[in-house]
Amino acid sequence: MSFFFQLLINGISLGFLYGLSAMGFVMIFKSSSVLNFAHGELIALGAFFFLALVTWAQLPIAIAFLVTLAGCFALGFLIERIFLRPLIGEPLIYVIMLTVGLAAMFKGLMLLIWGGNLQTYPDFLPGFLTLQWDILNIPPAYSAALILGVTFLTVFGLFFKYSPQGIFMRSVADNQKAALSLGVHVQRVFALSWAIAALVAGMSGVVLGIINGINVHDLSSIGLKVFPVVILGGLDSLSGAIIGGLIIGLLETFTGGYLDPSLRDVIPYLVLVLILMVRPYGLFGLVEIERV
Amino acid sequence: MSGSTILEVNNISVVYSDVIQVLKGVSLMVERHSIVSLLGSNGAGKTTTLKAISGLLKPENGRVTDGMIIYHDEPIHNQVPEVITRRGIIQVLEGRQPFKYLTVEENLIVGTAIRWGKPYKKDLELIYHYFPALLERRKILAGYCSGGELQMLVMGRALMAKPELLLLDEPSLGLAPMVVDEIFQIIRKINEEQKTSILLVEQNANMALHISHYGYVMENGKIVMEGPARSIVENPDIREFYLGMSASGQSKSYKDVKSYRRRKRWL
Ligand SMILES: Nc1ncnc2c1ncn2[C@@H]1O[C@H](COP(=O)(O)OP(=O)(O)OP(=O)(O)O)[C@@H](O)[C@H]1O
Ligand SMILES: [Mg+2]
Repeated sequence: MSFFFQLLINGISLGFLYGLSAMGFVMIFKSSSVLNFAHGELIALGAFFFLALVTWAQLPIAIAFLVTLAGCFALGFLIERIFLRPLIGEPLIYVIMLTVGLAAMFKGLMLLIWGGNLQTYPDFLPGFLTLQWDILNIPPAYSAALILGVTFLTVFGLFFKYSPQGIFMRSVADNQKAALSLGVHVQRVFALSWAIAALVAGMSGVVLGIINGINVHDLSSIGLKVFPVVILGGLDSLSGAIIGGLIIGLLETFTGGYLDPSLRDVIPYLVLVLILMVRPYGLFGLVEIERV
Repeated sequence: MSGSTILEVNNISVVYSDVIQVLKGVSLMVERHSIVSLLGSNGAGKTTTLKAISGLLKPENGRVTDGMIIYHDEPIHNQVPEVITRRGIIQVLEGRQPFKYLTVEENLIVGTAIRWGKPYKKDLELIYHYFPALLERRKILAGYCSGGELQMLVMGRALMAKPELLLLDEPSLGLAPMVVDEIFQIIRKINEEQKTSILLVEQNANMALHISHYGYVMENGKIVMEGPARSIVENPDIREFYLGMSASGQSKSYKDVKSYRRRKRWL
């Protein structure tokens, strides 16, 4: 029974990370209809950036983490400014191809700087994060994932629901022409959604790096996991992304724990296909409001 | 330009995608605090004229190729909407275009985008004062509102931006006569109380001229007639072709509909 709970908690922690990074992906898609194929590379970049700050620059952990978040935010902003903005008005497929190109570029850059070997962070998580009841034992990385997941979720939930800037962002996703007619800075909204997406991706990258170690290939392939998560949750639903993430996270850990670790990466996709056969718009995709 | 003119459209040509010429020398003026109607059949170029003023041509690959649009003595043609809205011109789009998945109140808040960070509680109250129906529905998703409520919503949303010049594109489209009446009353009230200048595009010529001070009639990308609203209402051609009445004032019978059809050949 305790094994069950162990897996449950691990699955939820992992699921939050998947869900959060999928949320970034969905945000870009919702505001500008762009599928970002460089998402996995953004996750990996976050992890390596943190590594560099901790090992090379020797910054204290908390500061290194904040600098990583700020750096990722700025990077997302710049990606939109430098690479995507010139393509505004061009067919969407060019923009999507551009993100494929960005993915290759970032990956090459990381391989050049850090190589393809597995690296690890120094052990820095405080002991009190290790939760222990009976024989149930939650490693500190997972409790950190849980705490960060819930925090980010709350912050972004409140931001989108109540802050004017969050409302403007949703208005662009809803009806771009109308938003433009009211003077909403649509391009600023695109840039902001890239910035936030890169920030949550980088944050997930750091925590996944703590859990699994840091490797360019492994981390950027997690970007692929965004697809089942997002399709499960519906491409256009932020809360769906979180729930999709939790489902994939739980499926993975339970498959790995009870069936066979080698099936971990297969089962989620099988379930994905089954669900898509029943609900093609995902479990939580927006049901089009027909009236109007 | 005289001191009381806030907008002057001076002989503009508009071309979409570099080849499709839609406006061929349109000129019109809006006096401060007035309501001006822009009438014309389908495809005459009314919406295009509004978009040329508000800057919304640009995202549709349209451009003012000739002539000038002068607002407060400064040219504004081919500017981006982000700039023009901040100078005080807001367009209410044809077909209403609400944010369907935002609540009524959130829709209104988007209207404050051009003065982000400033307080807007007072302005919300003012909008609810003009449109009490919106207050009742403020927590409802806009996608579930009726056509009349949506028209009020998009007008209220535009007013949240405190425009000096409001461009209204067919506010009566698809609404029941009672609701149309109500909408036009509110437009008149806003003009009188908020001193908002209004450029009103309408198919419902009768209603529009009734609340307007001045009017223009467009055909095929050109202004073909203009004058004080009263003089247009009394013009026999207009009575026949736009108000659907024969010169003697009776509604036209279907027997005479051929000439109407001939007139609508640009449909
Ligand atoms: N984005 C566009 N690209 C190319 N042509 C366009 C575009 N928008 C409008 N047009 C053309 O310009 C002409 C005028 O259109 P416009 O929408 O301005 O007419 P309108 O007077 O508003 O008509 P309605 O009463 O039907 O709304 C039409 O022939 C239309 O096909
Ligand atoms: Mg029109």
